[in-house]
Amino acid sequence: MAVIEATLPRRLLSTPVLGPLAALLAACAFFSLNTDQFLSGGNFSLIIQQVMVVGTLAIGQTLIILTAGIDLSNGAIMAFGGIVMTKLAVDGGLPPLLAIAAGLAVCAAFGLVNGLLVTRISLPPFIVTLGMLNVVFALTHIYSQDQTVTELPPALTYLGQTFQLGGTNVTYGSLVAILLFLLFAYLLGQTAWGRHVYALGNSPEVARLTGIRTQRLTVGVYTLAGLVYGIAALLLVSRTGVGDPQAGQTDNLDSITAVVLGGTSLFGGRGLVIGTLIGALIVGVFRNGLQLMGVPSIYQTLITGVLVILAVTVDQLSRRRNR
Amino acid sequence: MTTPVLQARGLVKRYGQVTALDGADFDLMPGEVLAVIGDNGAGKTSLIKVLTGAVQPDEGELLLDGRPVRFRDPLDARKHGIETVYQDLAVAASLDIATNMFLGRELRKPGPLGRIFRLLDKKRMREESAKHMADLKIGLRSLTQAVETLSGGQRQGVAVARAVAWASHVVVMDEPTAALGVKESGQVLDMIRRVRDRGLPVVLISHNMPHVFEIADRIHVQRLGRRVAQLKPADYGMAEVVAIMTGALQIEQGRSVVADKDAADAIGLS
Repeated sequence: MAVIEATLPRRLLSTPVLGPLAALLAACAFFSLNTDQFLSGGNFSLIIQQVMVVGTLAIGQTLIILTAGIDLSNGAIMAFGGIVMTKLAVDGGLPPLLAIAAGLAVCAAFGLVNGLLVTRISLPPFIVTLGMLNVVFALTHIYSQDQTVTELPPALTYLGQTFQLGGTNVTYGSLVAILLFLLFAYLLGQTAWGRHVYALGNSPEVARLTGIRTQRLTVGVYTLAGLVYGIAALLLVSRTGVGDPQAGQTDNLDSITAVVLGGTSLFGGRGLVIGTLIGALIVGVFRNGLQLMGVPSIYQTLITGVLVILAVTVDQLSRRRNR
Repeated sequence: MTTPVLQARGLVKRYGQVTALDGADFDLMPGEVLAVIGDNGAGKTSLIKVLTGAVQPDEGELLLDGRPVRFRDPLDARKHGIETVYQDLAVAASLDIATNMFLGRELRKPGPLGRIFRLLDKKRMREESAKHMADLKIGLRSLTQAVETLSGGQRQGVAVARAVAWASHVVVMDEPTAALGVKESGQVLDMIRRVRDRGLPVVLISHNMPHVFEIADRIHVQRLGRRVAQLKPADYGMAEVVAIMTGALQIEQGRSVVADKDAADAIGLS
């Protein structure tokens, strides 16, 4: 059946992660040639540790951006989730696993509220999550009384521990983050639910007319994203070893950066979660590599900014061509 | 006498002060292409929305194969085998053809892979899509290409093929050629013929009189919220039908008579 199968090159060309992947590999090659320390298992493990929290937040962000939404509240929700987990375990005396579950549930609940406001009252996601950003930020500081929660029970920092992989120490948290990326790549690419998310992002009206329950789907996406933010909170807590009310304040924009660098369209309906992983790694590799080269950190910010504008330009131009 | 496939009696639909449907009747016979025409505000859209479950009538009844039915929503109408092709809301642009064909009705792999892991059976969906497209003689290079890479006519082809694939009773097409060029319109009209040849009745809403006259077996003329005439295109000229649509002529005992002399004069019919 020659008509059915597209040829492999065609499929690759239509895959939006090819550009980001090339950029990532080019950056890796550049830093490998210009610094001695870059190309090592230990350094890569470090890069992954550095990007896993924002990367995990960016998974939720990808889901929402695929529906043509945006989430400005994810870093704040993560910070609150982290405080809930640590405070309940340390001050509340809850068993650690129960405290973690409570933190995850709280994050999912904030996602649910975002989703309900977006669907039931038809508010723009930008405004809903901007408001939620402030609400949750304030709640975090009120609930924590601006105190960092310390002396955590071991279960809360378990994911910060490492195991050996080919002579390199890898944290369990990095593994969790990678597995989450694979899980969502599967859900988006291989299940009907994933197809519906893309259809929704293409056009809510088309999706509704084909019988997809768009409101329920949207609420589900925001709730699921919230749950993923909860997992990011656990990764953050396990990495830093504390519950920090100041955490995650620029992570909302950093997660959007990762999504956009990964080739996902801000207009919704196109993109891949694996692209987001690549996007997060691009940011991590530039930060790490420039640091190793002794370039002042402000140049990392400069380059990230240029890359984001470049990525959005590519998206816009490719959309225009397809019209 | 044959039972109409889809029938409506005395439909009334009001939106506040506005009466969109004012006792409208509707009959669709097996295996025919029925064109629904009418001026703007005649209640065409409201009629179609009632027939496809998009709105619920305030009064009146619907009969499917002679049995009363009530559609809660478009999904409900689809479950009864009524599929609709919308003018420009047909397909999800970034998804491929096979995905669009099965959107909302995806097939999963047999066994635990599908049941537990919800894994899609992409191969089977592609194969069945290919079959449906071939049935309607829609030629495409690849079913894995995104719909946005197709021409307008091909996109409409995907939408028609999807509707036909799932419709067991009726295919409703709302202005399917409005956004298309001459050649592509011709392709869509050919598709409509093939659908009818397969025995599936088609309701065609169109403003395009030449298209209506080319393809319709019967014409339902909607005016002021009611059906004012049912006629065969062979028995009337295009200008006459337009005159009936605008109220210049009326049908009485099977013949058209001048109802509004000035209007009829204006279009040179009296």
